[in-house]
Amino acid sequence: MSIKLTIRQVGDVTVIDAAGRITLGDGASTLRDEIRDLAAKGDKKILMNLSEVSYIDSSGIGELVSGFTTVTNHGGQLKLLGLSKRVKDLLQITKLYTVFEVFDDEAAAVRSFA
Amino acid sequence: MTEHQGKGIQSVDTLMDSTLDSVDVAEEAVLRVAEEIGFSEDDRHPIGMAVRECMVNAVVHGNRYNHRKKVHLAVLKGYDRITIVVGDEGDGFDFNAVPDPLAEENLLNQSGRGFLLIRAFMDDLEVRPRQPSGTEVRMVKYLVKDV
Repeated sequence: MSIKLTIRQVGDVTVIDAAGRITLGDGASTLRDEIRDLAAKGDKKILMNLSEVSYIDSSGIGELVSGFTTVTNHGGQLKLLGLSKRVKDLLQITKLYTVFEVFDDEAAAVRSFA
Repeated sequence: MTEHQGKGIQSVDTLMDSTLDSVDVAEEAVLRVAEEIGFSEDDRHPIGMAVRECMVNAVVHGNRYNHRKKVHLAVLKGYDRITIVVGDEGDGFDFNAVPDPLAEENLLNQSGRGFLLIRAFMDDLEVRPRQPSGTEVRMVKYLVKDV
């Protein structure tokens, strides 16, 4: 299953609910386009919910990093929510835990943007 | 796909097209062998990821999607290990020249983490030039049985 993205607003925070796989040719570019579109239209508080993501490869990790850079360059913040143990392990291995703010609880994540 | 059977070891040799579909096919084939050997689901996932990263390197960076070039996949099934060999027909590359993805200045690079993940997920990793051209990656994962 390739990625499915659903966008919703929680106050002034834009939540991207992702489901499926974020791999090369199978969702990574979809994610990149969505984040770029949101940043371009001025969304500055973006929460990426990965709780329904079953698989991320290094290309998917690369797209998360690219999204982080894009949003930051537009003066915004991109944070992560609902990481599975496997995705957490990937962030540990790649040292990206030092880059991303990661949350298990959506309400806490939303409050952190204030 | 060719299968060879010998004393305590069985191998599968496959020649694959330079497409992203081949990445999925290779991952599924290796995961089947890993399950037959007895790797748990928790162990199979990183093995599959390592194969995916390696196949993507071969298809995208090695063969550059060239339909005239093939990816060579060999899976050796041992009683206590799985050995996977992925070869491409590209121009080759200097493994030691790959920027360290963990260096502060490279953390926000979009790419360059494939070999980091392969090294993290597999027990042995060897990268060498392939004859007459290309790169060959050999990786091994050992089965650790509960005692």
